[in-house]
Amino acid sequence: MMTRTIFSGFGGQGVLSMGFTLANAAMLEGKYVTYLPSYGVEVRGGTANCTVVVSDEEIASPVASEPEFVVAMNQPSFNRFQNILSSGGLICVNASLVNTDSVRMDIELLSIPTSELAEKLGTIKVGNMIILGAFIKASGIISFDAMIKNLAELLGEGKSKLIKLNKEALEMGFDYVKE
Amino acid sequence: MKKIYTRPKTMKEAHFHYCPGCGHGIINRLLMEVVEEMGLRDKAICVAPAGCGMLLYNYFDIDTLESAHGRGAAVATGIKRVRPENLVFSYQGDGDLAAIGTAEGFHAANRGEQITVIFVNNGVYGMTGGQMAPTTLTNQVTTTTPNGRDPILAGHPVRICEVFSMLDGTTYLERVAVNKPAAVVKAKKAIKKAFQYQLDGKGFSLVEILSPCPTNWKMGPLESCRWIDDVMTKQFPLGVVKDIP
Amino acid sequence: MKKLMSGNAALGEAAILSGCMCYFGYPITPQNELTEYMAKRMNELGRVFIQSESEIAAINMVLGASATGARAMTSSSSPGMSLKQEGISYLAADELPAVVVDMVRGGPGMGNISPAQSDYLQATRGGGHGDYKTIVLAPGSVQELTEIVPLAFDLADQYRNPVIILGDGMLGQMMEPVDFDNIKPPKEYPKDYVLTGAEGRPSRMIRSLLFDTKEEEEHNWKLVRKYHRMQQNEIRYETFLIDDAEMVVVAYGIGARIARGAIKRLRQDNIKVGMVRPITAWPFPAPILQELAKTVHEFFVFEMSAGQLIEDVRLALAGQGHIHFYGRPGGVVPTPVELYRIIGRHYYMASGRKQP
Ligand SMILES: Cc1ncc(C[n+]2csc(CCOP(=O)(O)OP(=O)(O)O)c2C)c(N)n1
Ligand code: SF4
Ligand SMILES: [Mg+2]
Repeated sequence: MMTRTIFSGFGGQGVLSMGFTLANAAMLEGKYVTYLPSYGVEVRGGTANCTVVVSDEEIASPVASEPEFVVAMNQPSFNRFQNILSSGGLICVNASLVNTDSVRMDIELLSIPTSELAEKLGTIKVGNMIILGAFIKASGIISFDAMIKNLAELLGEGKSKLIKLNKEALEMGFDYVKE
Repeated sequence: MKKIYTRPKTMKEAHFHYCPGCGHGIINRLLMEVVEEMGLRDKAICVAPAGCGMLLYNYFDIDTLESAHGRGAAVATGIKRVRPENLVFSYQGDGDLAAIGTAEGFHAANRGEQITVIFVNNGVYGMTGGQMAPTTLTNQVTTTTPNGRDPILAGHPVRICEVFSMLDGTTYLERVAVNKPAAVVKAKKAIKKAFQYQLDGKGFSLVEILSPCPTNWKMGPLESCRWIDDVMTKQFPLGVVKDIP
Repeated sequence: MKKLMSGNAALGEAAILSGCMCYFGYPITPQNELTEYMAKRMNELGRVFIQSESEIAAINMVLGASATGARAMTSSSSPGMSLKQEGISYLAADELPAVVVDMVRGGPGMGNISPAQSDYLQATRGGGHGDYKTIVLAPGSVQELTEIVPLAFDLADQYRNPVIILGDGMLGQMMEPVDFDNIKPPKEYPKDYVLTGAEGRPSRMIRSLLFDTKEEEEHNWKLVRKYHRMQQNEIRYETFLIDDAEMVVVAYGIGARIARGAIKRLRQDNIKVGMVRPITAWPFPAPILQELAKTVHEFFVFEMSAGQLIEDVRLALAGQGHIHFYGRPGGVVPTPVELYRIIGRHYYMASGRKQP
């Protein structure tokens, strides 16, 4: 099995760290993984995206011209990347910022009211982790447990407060998505 | 019989290839005298240029490394950063340092690299047959300024010591000449001082030496020496330009 | 324990573990992360790092450092590599070791910053002036970088010659799981040429200027003999499914990775395609292609350039077989699926069979 995901949004929305967190967790689960950030002029103008490929086999290319999954944190990203999503693919959007009226009919849409949910946690900063939690549930790329184990490693054992907050955010997103 | 003048032990037994009356031979010898007198033969590493001085490794009995045209200061930087305990100096002409290698010289100076640049200013490209150098004087005739250097077309003579003096990394900059015995003595003192500053870790030092090139100036040796005093020093005044002890 | 790292950062760490004592570089995308990584790590370790004023200065700093016997490295991307050619020629002439990294981007000229393979000829033909060669290593994954980097330093020392690591923007930018377990402490090489100050020994000189044409010619032949030794001993390549192959793809670096993905799909369709992946772009693995040409007629060159690697394949095959070509210059990275379709088409064309 191979899945390709593009995470996209404004710089500062934690787009790259979403992708990196997923990639790292998948690595810890023993999968083949590549992570390719947008760089250079692509990053100018405030948008950022990255591509994460997770596979049980060697990965030929870290580029995804027709990804199975897209996570879009803002309107321009939604407009751009829904077009390259493969038919039957899933697009996961930040419903607080994105109008999805124009969504393609042959893809699946998952809208997460990120800001509303984040407010419950008292901070908007972990909006990206809420979406990531939801995305993991919907995509099934890796297990939730792997994601949590990975947090401690990424953030550093000492940062228990931060780990707790991120974990809560991931959980919140995860639970938001119905089976 | 008592020997009162001999080859420094830091020089190989070889004949200079320089033209009669050329300043390079004097400067080569001065450098090796200083290296010998300061007891630095075992420590010194010299970076040779592209230019008439390029064969100096045939004369210097110290470790030497050739550099591409203009890159002496960068090469010396590489050496010195690995071997801070050594005395590292580059030997560069005015084409080498003030034209093609300006960036390398300027930035080594600006970083305050603990190296010494021996800058031989003869106002022309000697090696390649007397073309204009950045230091060529206004109205001076060279093979590429047949009607004399016209500042509107070809710019102005560059004063490297003054330019480098603006850089905070530089610590000792002096302009000397080798056109008469008294001047040669001063030149030697300047070289010694520059080396001492380097050994003391004070920063970047450079000695600019006005040096006759009779061949390309189309003058006799004596006339060349006089021309340095009468004409060249008007554009390039001798003396200490910067000294931060 | 594996870590997720970008090619640029992994290259830097591998260089450090390989005993790289000096790094000199000038910023250029897509290899800035390497310069930045070295800025941090070299300073932590008390080793030499300089952000130079230009690529010309950087390569000349490498030359100076190398003359003292220190392992030294510089890196750049295509436009900067053009500037480094002067220094690489001098390093080769002076017989000084050095490792030079090129994370290739689309060109010519300023081009763009997307991954490309269009510096192949510059790297494999010497690149600068004069009769000289550099060993050119072309890794295809971040993990392979960690094997290539120590090898590059060893080969540079062993042959006293610059070694080029030919990557591309993608290899530099992408992250993959990586470990450095294979890197052993650097070997000792005889350093009887280095400049340290002439204490207790005759003075030494390192120079390439040889006015006497006889002497220069002899120096050239000496270098040529060295290059022959490299050709005899240092060819490295990987084969993939060539035993029953009716068509053999030749591709390197990221290109080979994409080709591998394409070949796996072709095999699912029962199309017998294999691959030779040069790991040393120079010395080029001509012998394996010559060997294969005895039984295989169809060769397929894929590269992210308008056609450079194909010249080496032509030279190797010397008229044998038939060479198909698919090149994408300008920083375009085709997908494995795209390449699968194209190779498949060529395969059916060549076999005379009808494409189902
Ligand atoms: C890249 C490069 N361009 C040009 C040359 C040719 N060249 C050799 S020496 C020289 C100029 C030398 O002039 P200068 O530095 O003033 O030294 P001088 O001979 O006057 O002492 C030139 C242009 C070269 N060796 N390399
Ligand atoms: S050309 Fe000029 S600088 Fe060169 S050796 Fe002759 S006199 Fe000296
Ligand atoms: Mg000159």
